[in-house]
Amino acid sequence: MSLYPELSFNVDHGYLEGLVRGLKAGILTRSDYHNLAQCDTLEDMKLHLQSTDYGSLLTAGNEDLTVSLIDHRLKENILTEFRCLRSHSLPPLSTFLDYITYSYMIDNVVMLITGALKQRDVAELLPRCHPLGMFDQMAAVGIARTPAELYSAILVDTPLALFFQDAVSEANLDEMGAEIIRNKLYKAYLEAFYKFCQESGGATKNIMCPILEFEADRRAFIITVNSFGTDLSGVGRSALYPSCGRLYPEGLRLLARAEDYEQVKAVADYYPDYKLIFDEPEAGSSRTLEDRFFEREVKLNTLAFLEQFHLGVFYSYLKLKEQEARNIIWIAECVTQRQKSKIDNYIPIF
Amino acid sequence: MNGHAILYTGVTLAFWSTILIVGICYTIFDLGFRFDVAWFLTETSPFMWANLGIGLAISLSVVGAAWGIYITGSSIIGGGVKAPRIKTKNLVSSEDIKTVIGCPIGRRTIGPASSSIIFCEAVAIYGIIMAIVISNMAESFSGTTPETIGARNYQAGYSMFGAGLTVGFSNLFCGICVGIVGSGAALADAQNGSLFVKILIVEIFGSAIGLFGVIVAILQTSKVKMGD
Repeated sequence: MSLYPELSFNVDHGYLEGLVRGLKAGILTRSDYHNLAQCDTLEDMKLHLQSTDYGSLLTAGNEDLTVSLIDHRLKENILTEFRCLRSHSLPPLSTFLDYITYSYMIDNVVMLITGALKQRDVAELLPRCHPLGMFDQMAAVGIARTPAELYSAILVDTPLALFFQDAVSEANLDEMGAEIIRNKLYKAYLEAFYKFCQESGGATKNIMCPILEFEADRRAFIITVNSFGTDLSGVGRSALYPSCGRLYPEGLRLLARAEDYEQVKAVADYYPDYKLIFDEPEAGSSRTLEDRFFEREVKLNTLAFLEQFHLGVFYSYLKLKEQEARNIIWIAECVTQRQKSKIDNYIPIF
Repeated sequence: MNGHAILYTGVTLAFWSTILIVGICYTIFDLGFRFDVAWFLTETSPFMWANLGIGLAISLSVVGAAWGIYITGSSIIGGGVKAPRIKTKNLVSSEDIKTVIGCPIGRRTIGPASSSIIFCEAVAIYGIIMAIVISNMAESFSGTTPETIGARNYQAGYSMFGAGLTVGFSNLFCGICVGIVGSGAALADAQNGSLFVKILIVEIFGSAIGLFGVIVAILQTSKVKMGD
């Protein structure tokens, strides 16, 4: 009953929503980050993390404690939790969680293509793929020579087949072509996900659609800024902009014509939220544009937990957990390299 | 359109078109006199109304209680994975039993979650109490025509039906209300233990509306007297 979701949501998803909210309570708070930032060695950090929800995650096994080990364990933790949720879920939650994994699948496919172009061995690339985006025919991706071959031979059986309409027309599979394919796949994926959330209606739509709109606009800005100095023209760029954001259609048209950073900033000034992101920060804080985008994403994701009986909590929990992993790795890197001045550049979540 | 939408539109269409066609046929063939409400009300036995009332009282109350319990229960189970204290807590120990001999409760505290479930269950209990009260009022009478049955028996039948409807629907919505609030209470309690008592107050108000239904139903059946 999409009219009163609270009457029927708990039949299929009540247990998992309770579980995710319990897991969310274990996300590190500002005081945890404060303690971690005071550490001098990785061993201290491990000790502090033991008193949080992570428990004995880092103490298991007797490998040397390095930043890459911490990274690996944190990612494994997120993976286990997501797999647990996905395996217990029923439609429409299972469809929703599958949509979340498609973005990682796209990244994996493009990474395998570029790896194949550089004549790297597939067996060497597979462990570096994001585990949430695994699909069966991944090893065969490197064999394809053109996008059409890639599609008809390999991807047609995967969920990514739906997003491949535009990208098939690409003439070649070189470095630039791989990036174009990535952006086109991502555009089709984001628009399909947005449509799914809109059709779900209710609180899911109210929570997820702003998040996905922001994601679309963020992609548009990043593509524009990164394309200065390459031979990707305005027309080429506008084919890559997702159309489910707030910039559509006027802002995207202006962005396609932008030639330098100042013009991009002028486009952002028309939208109050993005104006804040592009504004020059006060002297002393070294937040990059990427950091400010992450901050806004975290803010939108924390709003998901204020409503009950919707699917957005699952998406938000995964994204916040990833941000937490990025924060912990940043602090760990600062600690190991003894660069305490930059250690406060993490993004606090709760 | 997915399967459910096709099913619902098909059934609705069939229903309304049947009614429309039957109505048009009756009008065309001058059979309108057959649509006789007074005949229906006097020819149907008061026992039919009485038993419909009893059935609705218990069944709708149980639907409400079940709905509420599953909404709350699934949230409790999910939330209890990371915060086990929201489940029922039993703190009975042997020393406590010795010191409170004679008191059967001992030192058991019922946890927050089970009190939400108990509020939902109370709704089903109201339903069964009313069903028993109403069914005790049904007595046999010896009339067979509308004149010999008498107005009092008709009034008894209609009152019992109305009372069953009252208590059934108010318990249905009370159960759903307490269930949804209880689900929120369980999840909030899992995050912050002091929130439970505050949300319990909302649940108590929700539970009161079921009680209103019972009170009105008792008043409706207070003047019922079936028999000769």
